[in-house]
Amino acid sequence: MATEGLVRTGVSARREAIGAFARRHRYRPLEALPWAAAIAAFAVFPSYLPLGSQILATILFALSADLVLGYAGIVTLGHAAFFGTGAYTAGILAANGWGEPISGLFAGAAAAALVGFLSGLIVLRTTGLALLMQTLVVATLLHEAANKASWITGGDDGLQGMDVWPIFGLFRFDLFGRTAYVYCLVVLFLGWWMARRVVHSPFGRSLTGIRENVLRMHAIGAPVVRRRLVIYTISAALAGTSGALIAQTTQFVGLGTLSLDRSGGVLIMLIIGGVGRLYGAFIGVPLYMIAQDRFSEVEPVYWYFWIGLLMVIVVLFGRGGVLGLADRLRR
Amino acid sequence: MINGAALETRALCKSFGALRVADSIDFRLERGARHALIGPNGAGKTSFVNLVTGALRPDAGAILIDGAEVTALSQSARVKRGLARTFQVTALFRRLTALENVTLAIAEREGVADDLLWPAGRHQGVIEEAYALLEALDLAEEALRPVNTLAYGRQRLIEIAVALGLAPKVLLLDEPAAGVPSSETGLIAGVVERLPPDIAVLIIDHDMDLVFRLARRITVLVEGHILVEGPPEAIAGDPQVRQVYLGERAPGSARR
Repeated sequence: MATEGLVRTGVSARREAIGAFARRHRYRPLEALPWAAAIAAFAVFPSYLPLGSQILATILFALSADLVLGYAGIVTLGHAAFFGTGAYTAGILAANGWGEPISGLFAGAAAAALVGFLSGLIVLRTTGLALLMQTLVVATLLHEAANKASWITGGDDGLQGMDVWPIFGLFRFDLFGRTAYVYCLVVLFLGWWMARRVVHSPFGRSLTGIRENVLRMHAIGAPVVRRRLVIYTISAALAGTSGALIAQTTQFVGLGTLSLDRSGGVLIMLIIGGVGRLYGAFIGVPLYMIAQDRFSEVEPVYWYFWIGLLMVIVVLFGRGGVLGLADRLRR
Repeated sequence: MINGAALETRALCKSFGALRVADSIDFRLERGARHALIGPNGAGKTSFVNLVTGALRPDAGAILIDGAEVTALSQSARVKRGLARTFQVTALFRRLTALENVTLAIAEREGVADDLLWPAGRHQGVIEEAYALLEALDLAEEALRPVNTLAYGRQRLIEIAVALGLAPKVLLLDEPAAGVPSSETGLIAGVVERLPPDIAVLIIDHDMDLVFRLARRITVLVEGHILVEGPPEAIAGDPQVRQVYLGERAPGSARR
């Protein structure tokens, strides 16, 4: 009889363990929070909608960086290359007679994915510091190319004269930024949904394996280089979508979209929120951008000092970012 | 195949500058073998493992798995042919659970790891197999704990479980009990003894107690070449081996 009991506990322990493992991808109520907050912000802060759209689009950019940095462990200082490629693609289309926004987004994503795939073929052969430098080089090259090709990009002055058509021919981009906000929110939602699917798929789990121990991944026969290239390309496409969003909603593209500032800034925002957890972007980006907005109003000259101070505090006391801190408090 | 060994090397050579780490090594690991590769430090054991797994490229010679040449194949392609290994220093996904560690290996073997659209939890069979493997090694209780929270001896066992998840024909165990307190060495030896008989096992070690307990055939490697090969009794009695490797002590009592 005792053995029978033991066997039964074994069976239920087994079912429990397998169940807990198999259900990790299910949605939890807390995951609705960012969306509820974004919808509430639309109603509560009508005069801040342009900033809000920027934040939403930048969250998508940070999310794309999280896929490579947080999940696959690819350190990059050149993610702006994809953001900028998306922005310029959508921008140049809209400035040259094709202002249809949805196809503009897809074009931006496709162009960025192509740049990601081609540069990934080369840079992903390396890791660590060498990889960091190479990603930086790719972004710098594109930055310089955009600067030189001023006949099409506007060079240092930025791309002027974009004409973005109404979405589906129905929703005009209005002065208050309502359409832009909803547009960014919907695109971010779709991007997040896709990223979440990838992260929870066997492919996504294998990326975590690559981050945790490349040596072991090779030893279990995983095509590590190919996996890294695939996620790098997906991430580039999302970053390009984000760039295209910002181009379409601000109707302007400058060289800043390809700058080291942009690459570094998104990492800072991601680190503030928490790396490798999908929701770090949703916390870090609003925190950083709202703080930047407030500080620059109160202290127009020295606002960067306060941003710096915020960073120092996060690095000193909040390893794992805000989400890491929340984890520790919960325990 | 009649005379295909599970693993074979033919005239395998590798040098680092003037240092010959593999000097025309002809080696056969028969199907279902329990074979040990021993040798003093610097004999070229680790280089041999790296050559066989594909981490190192040989200067000359051939490597065959199951009778088919794999010399030009990548590490992961050799894994697909049935070659699995464990590491001298535990190499696991440290922050992931034991169950996830094994699941990743099985997902690779089953070819589901390239699926990027559906949740990993949908591949129920993979998870069930991983759990069954942990159960078989008496690790079920630790299934949902991150491996870096487990005792080192348990981590060594998970290392073996991950390799078994690949359903190998050839299993290379690189010092399976290294770093484990001697009280737990027996546990690991017990697991190796209970491995499925159709897997060819090559143990690379210098723990003589373990080697003489597990191996039915021993190859002694010295300075990159095979000094002698034979059953344990022959090796223990070989005067050459005693001189270069075992010292003057009897093998049963020898310590590293």
